[in-house]
Amino acid sequence: MRIQQISVFLENKTGRIADVTRLIANAGINIRAISIADTADFGILRLIVDKPTEASEAISKGGFTTRMTDVLAIEIPDQPGSLAKIMEIFKETGVNIEYLYASLEKDCSTAVVIFKVEDIEHSLKIVAEHKLSTIDSF
Amino acid sequence: MIWNPQYECQESVERKLLQFARLKNLVMTLYSRVPFYRDKFDAAGVKPRDLSSLADIAKFPFTVKDDLRETYPYGLLACPESEIEEIHMSSGTTGVPVVDAYTRYDVECWEEGMARTLSGAGATRHDTVQNCYGYGLFTGGLGCHYGAKRIGANIIPMSSGNTAKQLMVMRDFGSTIIASTPSYALFMAEEARETGYDIKSMKLRAGCFGAEPWSENMRKQIEAAWGIDAYDIYGLTEITGPGVAFECECKDGMHVNEDLFYPEIIDSETGAPLSDGEKGELVFTTLVKEGTPLLRYRTRDVTFLARGNCACGRTTAKIHRLFGRTDDMLIIRGVNVFPSQIEHALIEIEGTDPNYVIVLDRGATHLDEVELMVEVKKELFSDETKTLETLRNKIEGVMKSKLGIQLRVKLVEPKTIERSVGKAKRVVDRRKI
Repeated sequence: MRIQQISVFLENKTGRIADVTRLIANAGINIRAISIADTADFGILRLIVDKPTEASEAISKGGFTTRMTDVLAIEIPDQPGSLAKIMEIFKETGVNIEYLYASLEKDCSTAVVIFKVEDIEHSLKIVAEHKLSTIDSF
Repeated sequence: MIWNPQYECQESVERKLLQFARLKNLVMTLYSRVPFYRDKFDAAGVKPRDLSSLADIAKFPFTVKDDLRETYPYGLLACPESEIEEIHMSSGTTGVPVVDAYTRYDVECWEEGMARTLSGAGATRHDTVQNCYGYGLFTGGLGCHYGAKRIGANIIPMSSGNTAKQLMVMRDFGSTIIASTPSYALFMAEEARETGYDIKSMKLRAGCFGAEPWSENMRKQIEAAWGIDAYDIYGLTEITGPGVAFECECKDGMHVNEDLFYPEIIDSETGAPLSDGEKGELVFTTLVKEGTPLLRYRTRDVTFLARGNCACGRTTAKIHRLFGRTDDMLIIRGVNVFPSQIEHALIEIEGTDPNYVIVLDRGATHLDEVELMVEVKKELFSDETKTLETLRNKIEGVMKSKLGIQLRVKLVEPKTIERSVGKAKRVVDRRKI
């Protein structure tokens, strides 16, 4: 299923990621997956957390620009070929991916891959048709 | 070289008579032909007959840049539209341009003013003038071009930019006079050194530099870098373009073409006239213009007037090198830019909250470098870098087309922009001129 991702606008300045993670820590929120997209001038921090609404509020209050986006979280076995299989399904069914990043589950037997897709309704349909294992929180 | 001794070296009494006759003619023309001025005169309770001496000019109302915006495009025309032969423009405060419409005679007077300007820098018909001012709506390019043609010099219409070609042409055609912004002259010298040109063997001997503020220190730098004499020149689109005032070999203030333009210095707060030598706002009245004559136009430039006979032989009043401005206009690479124009352009870009700051600097290149910092508000923010990069490119593109300058947009976090007493500081000028 879909899951909420928090994006945070960051200037390329030392210590800005520390500032954001401190805000999240102080709110007692756990980060489950994290990635950063960087350009020459700025970065976009993307986070999956256990309490997205609270986290977004805490980060915004700290003076950052944030945005909530629906993304797909798909659970795959932590073994060779798992991701390739999903990517092939997406390729054949025309699911266009903007970006993705991954996180390992605690028991290390599965991985969670976060996908930002162009058309989330279409991709949810494909995910259901192919009985892929999605999660709505972790 | 004095191009026109009759007017440039005229006796003071004679000049005053000429100026008065021309001024009288001007106020009558404005009152009878330009409804905008008729209304202005009526509102101020003055009639053309109230002008009985030059000093009476102080009874008449000023003209300001916003008047030109409100009458765009042809509201200030004092002649039939069919008499207009050329149009030039520069930026206004809000994006509505300031227009100068020239009749044949206006262009001739412009040529005259620029011929005197180039002659002040020692140019004759034996010179080759490399004109690096931009050709087009900007008055710098064509104004200088017409002046060089009038004196019969060889003119190379390079326009601005393309430094490699500028240097090649300068060497191969033996340019003797250069016309450009002072910062571009320094930039070119740097490029010439780096690309291995032998500057000493170049024939360049003088330069006419204007369109942006500069200093005595920059003069020394330019003169040392090129081995030339550097002259300050002054002009503005509203009045005619370049050719309003220029330096002679004494390099001690710019001679005003007083038979064409009547200068005053006023207190910018009260509007009261100031005496010679007192620093204040420069005001010009066009004495012979037919297309868009202006009465007491407030230039917003700060300087003072000096009278007396100059060692060069000219008797015209001189304005001192400009001290600054009474408004927030910026001059970036010779282009006039108002912070309000940036604000208007940003508002037009959908969703852009105009919280910005413009940072000006002059790096190793000697040219103005401009960074526009725009705060990324929630409505603008996206989780995808390409969306933000598209936004940045869009802002850069809009600024290029609206302001005519290339600037670099930097997206910044909210509240990064310093606010002083609730009002944001919009301009950070780090240029050392």
